[in-house]
Amino acid sequence: MSTGNESEFGSTTEFGSTMVEKILAAKAGKEKVVPGNLVNTKIDLALGNDITAPVAIKEFGRFEVDEVFNPEKIVLVPDHFTPNKDIASAEQALLIRNFAEKYKIKHYYEIGRMGIEHALLPEQGLIRPGEVIIGADSHTCTYGALGAFATGVGSTDLAAAMVIGEAWFKVPATMRFEYRGSLPEWVGGKDLILFTIGQIGVSGARYRAMEFAGTSISQLSMDGRLTMANMAIEAGGKCGYIQPDQVTFDYLKDRVTVPYEAVYSDHDALYEQVFEYDISRLEPQIAFPPSPDNVYPVSEAKGIELQQVVIGSCTNGRIEDLRIAAAVIKKKKVHPGVRLLVIPATQQIYRQALEEGLLSIFVDAEAAVSTPTCGPCLGGHMGILARGEKALATTNRNFVGRMGHPESEVYLSGPAVAAASAVAGKIVHPEEVI
Amino acid sequence: MIFEGKAWVFGDNVDTDAIVAARYLSTSDPAELAKHLMEDIKPDFPGLVSPGDILVGGENFGCGSSREHAPLAIKGAGVSCVIAKSFARIFYRNAINIGLPIMECHEDLAGIESGSDRLRVDLEQGTITQLQTGHVYKAEPFPPFMQEIINRGGLVEYVKARVNPAG
Repeated sequence: MSTGNESEFGSTTEFGSTMVEKILAAKAGKEKVVPGNLVNTKIDLALGNDITAPVAIKEFGRFEVDEVFNPEKIVLVPDHFTPNKDIASAEQALLIRNFAEKYKIKHYYEIGRMGIEHALLPEQGLIRPGEVIIGADSHTCTYGALGAFATGVGSTDLAAAMVIGEAWFKVPATMRFEYRGSLPEWVGGKDLILFTIGQIGVSGARYRAMEFAGTSISQLSMDGRLTMANMAIEAGGKCGYIQPDQVTFDYLKDRVTVPYEAVYSDHDALYEQVFEYDISRLEPQIAFPPSPDNVYPVSEAKGIELQQVVIGSCTNGRIEDLRIAAAVIKKKKVHPGVRLLVIPATQQIYRQALEEGLLSIFVDAEAAVSTPTCGPCLGGHMGILARGEKALATTNRNFVGRMGHPESEVYLSGPAVAAASAVAGKIVHPEEVI
Repeated sequence: MIFEGKAWVFGDNVDTDAIVAARYLSTSDPAELAKHLMEDIKPDFPGLVSPGDILVGGENFGCGSSREHAPLAIKGAGVSCVIAKSFARIFYRNAINIGLPIMECHEDLAGIESGSDRLRVDLEQGTITQLQTGHVYKAEPFPPFMQEIINRGGLVEYVKARVNPAG
């Protein structure tokens, strides 16, 4: 945080503002803010899960208050170790269930109604453009896809926010990423963001906002956009966002009833850096272990044998991801040496996949289909790897020991490559099995 | 605040899964979490680290998840202070919020010998002294706002004082 002070940007007040600067200024009650400013802002939503909320609830107790700042602006989702994997995790889930009941938290989502938080909140219409959202989960940055300022914080930040409805931020400098060209077949949001992280590294956007823009982004579906913003944290980003457009408004139309105001970057906004990528010939991308920036095109990953494939998570467990995977795997069987786990990210996505016949395709292919859970993504449960095993996952992290034994390995990809590789038993381009 | 202790040196991009793996997150007890500190990248570390010791990281220390269990595990092991070339931002917030002293030092710390060198860290002066050689590294001082959170002992006390100044 010692970088990004005002002096290195000169007289920044001469320039326009980025979307994030405008949102933070508005919620802090200021005319204008510039990178490096410390601001205290009102927050529109504060989120916790079954791992982070128990710590927040313990800290909340130290404030000795009788109520939360607003029971309609707090969301609690038991999604990580649920359905509870053991007694200790059941106790943690019970703690947040009891807290939700005691403080009349409106948005508490029980098993059977819930979903992975970052797929669930946009789907439920809880995220609106121009809002400030904090979550005690690093992938809270997902909501930037809807033109909100959303960032991950820790449990103590969540506790304080539940009391005062405010949080402090250092205004981040913004890096702009412009993508040009039509998306090639089998290439989606996951490939764009993996490619970007591969270019700038896991520290490349540290403390920065990442603005995703350009003609390729205009063509990208909301599910693909959510995937991109979701992984801004994997480049160290404070947030990742896409300015609202028709795709955004279409997505919000049947979900959001309260008024909101979309916010846009000025044409003369000051960016710390601008990157331009022509993606018209981009191959599907693979992140090799043990880091999300260790990225290669799929042609350089071919032949790596796999024991497990996971399709799901807050990154790629949405309906479009399941449709793509089902299209690849239809009328085929999972390779005998592979366990394929398919995890729709929310109950609504699960139902939709059921109605569209996607779940039958997966079951016929001999995949295991699960109720929503973060489960294997963080090595929690539902698909832990043994020593020496390799998995390909549509998840977001492949650190040492992320999905199980410290000597197991995780490769990351989009859903098309994951489904094709489950059939082949090794990493392949989707065209090889279609 | 001044700390003296043995240095344990780690590389760049130490992630929160490495600091404490998710399989141990069904508790938030610092002492329990400390039993698994750095286990997946240095399995013998929980047995080596002693109260007062100082962790030295490279770039982007604490990247990955938002789990506050990571700085809690470090605190639970009795580590007095963490120094790194840079910190991932959620880890940075969390450390300040729970009152774990940390400092950013952009100088090359490669000369510090892990498990043998002793350091003295002076938070107010922003200096790190290698006690055997006397070499002084210059670190970044905190902005006053964050220093106040640290002085109060963490975010909870800071917010309580703000909400109820007389209390």
